[in-house]
Amino acid sequence: MQKIGVFVCHCGTNIAGTVDVAAVAEALGKLPGVAVAADYPYMCSESGQKMIRDAIREKELGGVVICSCSPRMHEATFRKAAAAEGLNPYLVEIANIREQDSWIHRDRAEATEKAIVLGKAAIEKVKRNAPLTAGESPVVKRALVIGGGIAGIQTALDIAEAGFPVDIVEKEPTIGGKMAQLDKTFPTLDCAACILTPKMVECAQNEKIRIFSYSEVSKVSGFVGNFRVTIRRKARYVDETKCTGCGECTEKCPQKKVPNSFNLGLDNRRAIYIPFAQAVPKVATIDADWCNMLKNGKCGVCAKVCGAGAIDYKQKDTFIEEEYGAIVAATGFRPISLSRYEEYAYGLSRDVVTSLELERLMNAAGPTGGTLLRPSDGKHPHTVVFVQCVGSRCEDGKGKSYCSKICCMYTAKHAMLIREKYPDTEVYVFTIDVRTPGKNFDEFYRRAVEEYGVHYIKGMVGKVLPEPDGSLTVRASDLIANEQLKLSADLVVLAAAVEPDPSARPLATLLTASMDTNDFFTEAHPKLRPVESPTAGVFLSGACQGPKDIPETVAQAGAAAAKVIGLLAKDKLVGNPCVAHSDEMLCNGCSSCEKVCPYGAIHYEEKEFRGPNRTVLKRRVAAVNAAVCQGCGACTVACPSGAMDLHGFSNSQIMAEVDAICR
Amino acid sequence: MIPSKEEILRISGVNTRKCMKCGKCSGTCPSYEEMEYHPHQFVDMVEKGEIERLAASPSIYRCLSCFACVERCPRGVEPAKLIEAVRLAVIREQGKDRLTPDDISALADPDLPQQAVVTAFRKYRK
Repeated sequence: MQKIGVFVCHCGTNIAGTVDVAAVAEALGKLPGVAVAADYPYMCSESGQKMIRDAIREKELGGVVICSCSPRMHEATFRKAAAAEGLNPYLVEIANIREQDSWIHRDRAEATEKAIVLGKAAIEKVKRNAPLTAGESPVVKRALVIGGGIAGIQTALDIAEAGFPVDIVEKEPTIGGKMAQLDKTFPTLDCAACILTPKMVECAQNEKIRIFSYSEVSKVSGFVGNFRVTIRRKARYVDETKCTGCGECTEKCPQKKVPNSFNLGLDNRRAIYIPFAQAVPKVATIDADWCNMLKNGKCGVCAKVCGAGAIDYKQKDTFIEEEYGAIVAATGFRPISLSRYEEYAYGLSRDVVTSLELERLMNAAGPTGGTLLRPSDGKHPHTVVFVQCVGSRCEDGKGKSYCSKICCMYTAKHAMLIREKYPDTEVYVFTIDVRTPGKNFDEFYRRAVEEYGVHYIKGMVGKVLPEPDGSLTVRASDLIANEQLKLSADLVVLAAAVEPDPSARPLATLLTASMDTNDFFTEAHPKLRPVESPTAGVFLSGACQGPKDIPETVAQAGAAAAKVIGLLAKDKLVGNPCVAHSDEMLCNGCSSCEKVCPYGAIHYEEKEFRGPNRTVLKRRVAAVNAAVCQGCGACTVACPSGAMDLHGFSNSQIMAEVDAICR
Repeated sequence: MIPSKEEILRISGVNTRKCMKCGKCSGTCPSYEEMEYHPHQFVDMVEKGEIERLAASPSIYRCLSCFACVERCPRGVEPAKLIEAVRLAVIREQGKDRLTPDDISALADPDLPQQAVVTAFRKYRK
């Protein structure tokens, strides 16, 4: 019979304060098969580990049970110690008598009794443990970054800097994302383009980086270290290799009525366009929804004026397949739609704008050339009202329950810039709270109030009424004065809540990466693994994980890159041997396991089996890709015939544990 | 007797703890100028249990029940329902127990719908 060693940890007073550890060791030591049982103040310490190693060697133990903290804490420590003595590390079991016992109980007798029961269960389990060996898989030394905003750009640059090739997939014709649309950035007020465009150019020039613009990820298979990704390169009707970005076509195209999406529809562009002057790649794209040639074959002006012969009306979407070791999601955010907030008259009056629209209205490359003018009549606004938390912190079924985090700061920036440029303009900011945690952030907001004379009012705007004379009546609360204010404004700016880009949800499905109820990607651990998805090999960068400003995004982008580099630097990945496997003789081919597998690790294959009287039977049976399986066990529960089982957590082991607890 | 805070909350179905004190209700109220206590104060005063002051204030009759505050509250607090609950409590208080079960047989009239009697019970609380 297998000899088992039991080691009970005091964890200082963490366990020993509530559990009589000596009694636990004594009780477990009497069980059949237990060759040694001891307790020690800190099992995880050097001397504690030595005690375990000595016992394994001297008593020739075939299994070890440690009664201590959660296996999340020290399972790896104890497995390593066992392996050092030549014992297969998967013959070590942990009974969690801290988190699941001493920390949650007060009564010493009860807690001691529970510790003994937990120990018994672990002993029964370890008796049925089989030595396991983790498999290895190679790593493709190339990373994929999905999204070419500041998050994706920074991640790609950092990975390339370490010497690994990176591909950026961006759905728009140019990289740059939301940051390219911004005017100035807080809290230093440097111009967004001046700090972003050098990074965009760096991406284009870095030979380790390939940019797939106007492209989308359409299929992902494989697993950490070995992803196989299909990228759809949307037809832009312009040959990227020929186009020089001279812009001749964008000036001659006769279709002038296309809403300019880069300027958020505040002005128009042509059907063939380059989103902005510093676009990367600087290549024209034809908007198929508006191009007369593509719609009815009548035009062809751009092809005529193009000196490079780059226009190709017959271009089709193409698909390319690439292999990657790691994937970074950097899909970013967008402001929410304000169509359900009728009280603010967005959509009723052109002079009610979102903050992102205001960025374009104040940007030198924007529709007004950087002069702040009312969109309705092009006049200079003398009173500007900012409304905070539009759709943020809402539980009204229309907005988002979270704080969008960036609005307080960018509104302070807007207010300050307007006061700086137009001292004759009065600026009111209606706030619920002003939230400015961050280095030099509160000082920045106070500067808006103290130096620039921005009127901050605690209270919400209840209604914005467009008047026949073109002005806007703003009815709002001034909670400090306990008054209802009626202001006549020329321009109202709404700080719309941010939400994840809608492309994130289908991408999460492709990546089998988890999301929260707001469609933000979930991190593997909110504090300790903030840039990793729970899906191995998938990393998170920027606002797709939660609302964040530029400094935070860049920091997170670098952190994600570091994790990717750590992965790509490995030649081989050691897998987790605790994975599912199917008993082909029991499998009835029902597909239940395939349907519940959240990682896509199970597929079915036709196999030949020997039938009666020398016949050959063909049957459909489940097969598990051990490299993809995360060992969650969903399939073992779903399987109606009991064919699915998990190494290290087999059905018989779990039943034995239950038996030990109930006995 | 002025009803307790708990009773007002029960009648109205409002959870005053959800209020984040943004003042949007008072920013939107068309009857604001007519009121001694404004919608955001209503929520605050009920939360603090100051029902008596509210019940004595003419403000409760100034609310138009237009429900603009209910419609626009970002937290779904529904101030108008609170005001309605206080108003109801005061109206129910007036006249006290005008109808007791003992009175019914004397009042019973074959032409009187039974619902009228039930309604009378509902209006005047003990």
